[in-house]
Amino acid sequence: MMTFENFWQIYSNLVLTVGVNALLALSIWLTLSCGLLAMANAAFMGIGAYTASLLTMNVGAPFPVALAGGIAAPTLVALLIGGPTLRLSGVYLAMATLGFGEVVRVLILNAESLTGGALGLNGIPQLTQWWHVLVAVIVVLLLLWRLRRSRIGRAFEAIREDTVAASLMGIGAMAHKMLAFALGAGIAGLAGALNAHLTFFIGPSEFGFDRGVDILTMTILGGTGGLTGPVLGALIITLLPELLRSFKDFRTLLNGAILVLIVLFLPKGLWDPQRFKGWFARAPRAGARSPRAGSPPPLPPAPQPASGGPR
Amino acid sequence: MLKLSHVSKHFGGLAVLQDVSFEVPAGSVFGLIGPNGAGKTTVFNLITGLLAPTGGEIALAGKSLLGMAPHRITRLGLGRTFQNIRIFKEMSLLDNVIVGMHAHLDYGLPAWLLSLPGFRAQERRARDRATELLSWVGLDSNAADLADNLSYGDQRKLELARALATEPKLLLLDEPVAGMNASEKVELLTQVRTIAQRGYTIFMIEHDMRFVMGLCEQIAVLNFGRVIAQGTPDQIRCDPQVIEAYLGRDDDAPAHEGAP
Repeated sequence: MMTFENFWQIYSNLVLTVGVNALLALSIWLTLSCGLLAMANAAFMGIGAYTASLLTMNVGAPFPVALAGGIAAPTLVALLIGGPTLRLSGVYLAMATLGFGEVVRVLILNAESLTGGALGLNGIPQLTQWWHVLVAVIVVLLLLWRLRRSRIGRAFEAIREDTVAASLMGIGAMAHKMLAFALGAGIAGLAGALNAHLTFFIGPSEFGFDRGVDILTMTILGGTGGLTGPVLGALIITLLPELLRSFKDFRTLLNGAILVLIVLFLPKGLWDPQRFKGWFARAPRAGARSPRAGSPPPLPPAPQPASGGPR
Repeated sequence: MLKLSHVSKHFGGLAVLQDVSFEVPAGSVFGLIGPNGAGKTTVFNLITGLLAPTGGEIALAGKSLLGMAPHRITRLGLGRTFQNIRIFKEMSLLDNVIVGMHAHLDYGLPAWLLSLPGFRAQERRARDRATELLSWVGLDSNAADLADNLSYGDQRKLELARALATEPKLLLLDEPVAGMNASEKVELLTQVRTIAQRGYTIFMIEHDMRFVMGLCEQIAVLNFGRVIAQGTPDQIRCDPQVIEAYLGRDDDAPAHEGAP
């Protein structure tokens, strides 16, 4: 017990950051599953963080209300900007949403009387308990898991593969894209609200371009084929800088390098059920040589077997 | 069932369709043929709402389709396959077909969120229906496979099953046997015939004359964006303008009127 308490004292912040990052990774997974490369999630996180913090600090709202506000505000903003931006696709959407992120950052920077400008908000009450984060992650995972198994999840997948064909199956592509975008914004806002009440301080630079790339990296690294991927990616991206403490200055460089390597060798991310199936299909032969080869190794394999997917 | 009146479509200064009028009677198998670039696929794109006509009127069962979004037109009972196959490659065959039932699955948020009995019953029914539709085109034995692994001909059949899943009254087939070998063509011919016998109205674009003549009761011929002939397969076969469009004109013979 003693050892656990020690561990928790030192690492509780890190563990909770994993949870917050998992929420962020899931939020961008939602739009990616719809075939949308929307990069506004860092900004949505910022809107959620500022809304919730201002609610607790200035209005004295209870924490649940602040969280609700932190979800509602970015969702509304997403519904507003979704109309014009979601007509774009591919890099054009990425550019438009990145631009939106910059606008949000500059607005926060300049609305000094409300947001504290470049100095940020200080002394946010530390209201987030460890179980708040846990419950949030579980609820979001359950919601998305059920969504994937419904007609909406199938529609997302169809839109990602071929929007024209999907619309000729009677799927309203725009409405579904909007749903994915707004829901993702809400989840990112929740992550921001929880995170703000964990760290005492938030500033505009936290929600800029770097954060947006971080969020995308987590999801791409983990794999977009399911819900396990984003969570796994969040875990790795959060822990990696801690494990590579001596390389701290090279953190962004490493992130970039990892993203490039993953895209090159594992285009579907670390968690790819299709690839695992391939392993199991070959398992009898491998098992004949080594009796312990039954379970797949947790780390990415050599690049050769990865390219063995269906063509 | 489907009526096009004086439909025209211009891309900038290029007139792709001019004054196209014909009617697809309910319960029939209707064919649209014509040389490459005659504007056949454009006709389909106008009907399904992917393009908006420059002029004219398109109506399905008396209801105008102009200005309607493609997914709304689909929900009115219009299913379609594509000339260049557009299946969902990363999905299983079964899921491909179930996507087609999207508009017919009617359950709300609590139902899917909590997996209520209503949700489960509808999903089960959708799976059963999808398996049945796959059996119509002979693909039910490997319903769990990825669509990407199918052969070219089978992908076309999957697209047909997926279009049927939208429960269309009118089924548009864009070159259903393009790229198929002879035995696959014969197989699809009988499958389309049985589908027609089940009460679907079918409107197809096709280059394969044996396939068109064997299936269609009525044929319209499109050349340079105009309907140059319309009638039964026998009438079309003997029509001098059609022969000219397909085989060219003998310059030595006395010219006849109407050639563009």
